[in-house]
Amino acid sequence: MTARTGAPLLEVRELVKHFPIRSGILGRRRGHLRAVDGVSFEVRRGESVALVGESGCGKSTTARLILGLLKPTAGRVTFDGQNTDELDRAGLMGFRRRAQIIFQDPYGSLNPRMTVGGMLREALRVHGLARGRGAEQRIGELLEAVGLHSDDAGRYPHEFSGGQRQRIGIARALAVEPEFVVADEPVSALDVSVQAQVLNLLADLRERFRLTYLFITHDLSVVRHIADRVAVMYLGRVVELADCESLFANPLHPYTQALLSAVPAVDARGWPERIALSGELGNPADPPPGCPFHPRCPHPAKDERCRSELPELEGGAACHHGS
Amino acid sequence: MSAPVLQVADLRTYFHTADEPLRAVDGVSFSLERGTTLGIVGESGCGKSITCLSILRLIDRPGRVEPESSIKLGDRDLMELSEAQMRAVRGNEISMIFQEPMTSLNPVWTIGDQIAEAVRLHRGVGRAAARQRAAEMLGLVGIPKPEGRLNDYPHEFSGGMRQRAMIAMALACDPDVLLADEPTTALDVTIQAEILDLLASLQDRLGMAIVFVSHDLGVVAQIADRVIVMYAGQIVEQGDTGRVFSQPRHPYTEGLLRSIPRVTGKAARLTAIAGSVPSARRWPRGCRFHPRCPHAWERCREEPPLLLAADATSRCWLEEEPQRRAVREEAGP
Repeated sequence: MTARTGAPLLEVRELVKHFPIRSGILGRRRGHLRAVDGVSFEVRRGESVALVGESGCGKSTTARLILGLLKPTAGRVTFDGQNTDELDRAGLMGFRRRAQIIFQDPYGSLNPRMTVGGMLREALRVHGLARGRGAEQRIGELLEAVGLHSDDAGRYPHEFSGGQRQRIGIARALAVEPEFVVADEPVSALDVSVQAQVLNLLADLRERFRLTYLFITHDLSVVRHIADRVAVMYLGRVVELADCESLFANPLHPYTQALLSAVPAVDARGWPERIALSGELGNPADPPPGCPFHPRCPHPAKDERCRSELPELEGGAACHHGS
Repeated sequence: MSAPVLQVADLRTYFHTADEPLRAVDGVSFSLERGTTLGIVGESGCGKSITCLSILRLIDRPGRVEPESSIKLGDRDLMELSEAQMRAVRGNEISMIFQEPMTSLNPVWTIGDQIAEAVRLHRGVGRAAARQRAAEMLGLVGIPKPEGRLNDYPHEFSGGMRQRAMIAMALACDPDVLLADEPTTALDVTIQAEILDLLASLQDRLGMAIVFVSHDLGVVAQIADRVIVMYAGQIVEQGDTGRVFSQPRHPYTEGLLRSIPRVTGKAARLTAIAGSVPSARRWPRGCRFHPRCPHAWERCREEPPLLLAADATSRCWLEEEPQRRAVREEAGP
């Protein structure tokens, strides 16, 4: 997969989300949890970008801000040239049709009391895309497109396996003919043999429907099979942004290096010696001053500047010592 | 090598429901030597966790470890022990750690009390000595200033620290065998790496044998000396870790290895195994893997292949008719 050129379909600028921390019976504000703290990147039409990081780094919050499921504290999201915060009712409805999400947990995100056909029919009806016989035909096509049978429309979610349920989630996202799909850990809950089936399906669908993807994942090995570009997040910030191939061949940020070296490889030949990190992910309610990664950073040149000055994302990595 | 510390022979755990019994574990045998790590890999529903719970005899009705099974710890058969005798084994001679430490730690007890409880129960020592042992264990698993953390509750620990506390509790009584069921699955990769290192170094120091259950082949490749690959309640392949991962013999092991996304080499399209794990209610006839196997022929649909010798490698008819594999690969895509 190669990056395609073109105008950005999605532009994220200086996105910030702080959640208030309240305590006591009066619910006084005690501080802020800086879930997302100044994130900027863009996704070009037809491109697949992955947001990668460990739990608590703000990747899922970023996805929810982009889709308008959360309101940002500051910054803006531009979709196809329009600021999504300024959309009117009709504009918002259009945006919600064009941008869809696939969730991690296919058990939790499907209504257990609705047949698969019913779920797809509802999506088609809400967006006024198809009714009656047209809708039935469309439902059959969608199920075939994700590798299920058109007869499956009459069945309920519990009758399917985990991988099949994820296929239903994908069919539901595709029902409204979106251009942009956010996939939030779409294969994390699946067994490896099934995970490969779903990753291949997502790659096929991308070609077939010319989709643009934003992948949210903690799993770097998955990223390599699905993304053109990767943004690595740490404590609410993007610390490295690079083409997928160059990120794996030559990671610049010490955090990316450590993260890559920690992926357990079956075949360890040619894999770097593990870089041990001390301590745990910092506290987003009280991020360290300077570079957010400095308390755990193993870089030999770590100095006073790292402890006091926030590095900008320049030349691919947000690090004072580039490497 | 010395005599095995744990020997499991023909372990069968069936769940007796209304109609057919559900054969979750169906004839598993292995032995484990002191100071070594055995990895058990397989996808969900293949019987890995039930195997661990069966060893501790923690299977509730309608499940039952069938009487012909044998689970020998040293020279005692655990199948012959009473429930009271089993209680003296659990957490003492064999202990277990689980995937999700938050659900296996009691949220209303302090970490120190939970570790000390196991010590007092099994070692019959006093309160103060047990507390001291708890602090010592927390230090051993790498929790800084352990005395100061004894009075913390589980929610005050991060995920990685909770898993460390679980390990401290499991090892407090110096067990011979540690059963680790997906102990790093819920953790981030950098924390997972720390926990794997910790387990390996504790094994060096304390000499316990480890059964490490995981669906993640990369993790098992890193920590295990020997590997068992399970499918549909049975062992389909076993051997030294290096051999199993570099020269897999069973088509299921091959398929699993091909389907994992790689971090090295060229990023190519993944090769998935068709279909999904069947239900324990109705394992396929013949070889249980045949509906998903690219090599399957008539014989596989009719006769179940056996693992004849205790050290046999692969439960597959290809072992007897290897020419079938060659034919297939020439014809194959």
